[in-house]
Amino acid sequence: MVESLVNSPDTSETPPPVLKLHRQFSLARLRESIVEWGMFLCSSLSILVTAAILFVLLIETVIPFGGVKPFFGHVSLWEFFTETRWTPTFSDKHFGVLPLVCGTMLVALIGALVGLPLGILSAIYLSEYARPKTRSIIKPILEILSGMPTVVYGYFALIFVTPYIVQPLFHSFLGWEVDSTNALSAGIVMGIMIMPMVCSLSEDAIRAVPRSLREAGYALGSTKYDVSLKVVVPAALSGIVAAFLLAMARAIGETMLVAIAAGNNPKLTINPLKSIQTMTTFIVNTSKGDTPSGTIEYQSLYAVALCLFVITFTMNVISHAVMRRFREVYH
Amino acid sequence: MAKAFTNLMNDRAAAEREKAGASGSPDAGGEGQIVRRMKVETRKLNFFYGPSQALFDISVQIPEKSVTALIGPSGCGKSTFLRTLNRMNDIVEGARHTGEILLEGINIDGPEIDVVALRKRVGMVFQKSTPFPKSIFENVAFGPRLTGVSDRRELEEIVSTCLKRAALWEEVKNRLTDSAMALSGGQQQRLCIARALATNPDVLLMDEPASALDPASTSRIEDLIFELKENYTIIIVTHNMQQAARVSDMTAFFYQGHLVEMGQTQQLFTKPREKHTEDYITGRFG
Repeated sequence: MVESLVNSPDTSETPPPVLKLHRQFSLARLRESIVEWGMFLCSSLSILVTAAILFVLLIETVIPFGGVKPFFGHVSLWEFFTETRWTPTFSDKHFGVLPLVCGTMLVALIGALVGLPLGILSAIYLSEYARPKTRSIIKPILEILSGMPTVVYGYFALIFVTPYIVQPLFHSFLGWEVDSTNALSAGIVMGIMIMPMVCSLSEDAIRAVPRSLREAGYALGSTKYDVSLKVVVPAALSGIVAAFLLAMARAIGETMLVAIAAGNNPKLTINPLKSIQTMTTFIVNTSKGDTPSGTIEYQSLYAVALCLFVITFTMNVISHAVMRRFREVYH
Repeated sequence: MAKAFTNLMNDRAAAEREKAGASGSPDAGGEGQIVRRMKVETRKLNFFYGPSQALFDISVQIPEKSVTALIGPSGCGKSTFLRTLNRMNDIVEGARHTGEILLEGINIDGPEIDVVALRKRVGMVFQKSTPFPKSIFENVAFGPRLTGVSDRRELEEIVSTCLKRAALWEEVKNRLTDSAMALSGGQQQRLCIARALATNPDVLLMDEPASALDPASTSRIEDLIFELKENYTIIIVTHNMQQAARVSDMTAFFYQGHLVEMGQTQQLFTKPREKHTEDYITGRFG
């Protein structure tokens, strides 16, 4: 193959062709293709890793491998999704993932209720109202917030939000019982945690709205408020929705914060003042214990992980589809 | 609030008018001639983008219910001038001006002027059609909704009137709830005109409204301009000399931020006073 590309020196009498269009072998070209392949391998690594993770999840849960019966060989899908008790480490074992899913969604929902308005309103403020100087101060601070280790958020929820905000308000004032770890504190802090992400992604969407559309709004006698809320935000809506879905995927997958602040009690409840357990908390607690591999408790960990993977993956796919639709509007 | 300001402006305008009438209008020409008040006027208008000056001492008088074309090579300041008339340059960072801009004799920079009310009276259509990603109906209803019209019947009335005036009604009357983004370029531009008419302006600024359109759509827009001048004062920026000659009553030639010449379109295109104008309209430069 390479041989044919090499243009051997022509020693015969025929005059050299005027225009050489043959590919010629050169070191530069070789280096080029090595670099290209190297970069291709690097970028395909992420796909390989994803595939490998999925494979590991599947052989513990669905595909029988090495003579070991997988998780869903012991527990039916029906039981997994309808049973309301989750007690894999008890002697009376029940494998209903609902309490974990419900706990996860409860925290994520509270997080969304807090993080979504905060994030979107700050995005509107930053792109439409803030002067460049104000923006140059707020933006880096938001980025610090998003770069904060999640364990910090966890302890913030546990030793500040619960005892100084949630307990005084709901226990001392309203007289309701509040667990020391609860979904509400974790959810509020989750909202603060995803807020920079919602803000920065929505701001991108808002800034992508063409200037001409804003001018058209102003030319019709809109105030800044009218332009922001009636022209710009509707035009950027799909981008904002996508940002929100990505942030939700992150909230659902978040581990450290909920492991510290939301509790470790897989009970099916929608009371946010109770201690709950999320899917991620279960995984982290079970995996750091001494569950022997090959047992059903051990496998249940993978079943929950697979469930989590499917949920976050679906949300990511939807948000990217929404974002793609958004891009088509203005290009 | 905005309404109060509009009323205030209208009252002032009426007062001005009376004053002008009492002192004898300068435009009160000979017998049989249509008496036209000056709608828009600038006096020694200088405009700056930051440190660079874009307009120099522009003084023009634009009569009501007429079409005035602004011509000149790219970057000559004609769009900038147009955008000072409804204070669109307010939203441009670092823009400022000196001199006076008068709408019916009232300085539109005055501290009592509400820029939002001003822009409702001085509508604008842009070069690139800018429909909002909403339905056709909602696009036209946008302006009236801002002023607090929420009665469905009333909105329908306004929308159909404005779409008829913009010569778009027949094409869209059966699909008012469709997205405006689905319309063709020419239709979108007429929709933008309808949307501008819906705030009930009396001056219409058009910034190269047909430059992105095919000849058929362009000619529809031109016909429309001709019809609209019955009720509106129209100021149009155009690159197209034939278009200026076809649609306008008055033409102003801008060059490098200066107003070189302004006059009756007929006169300016046949017997320009300035050498510069002649060179430009005959295509020797620009």
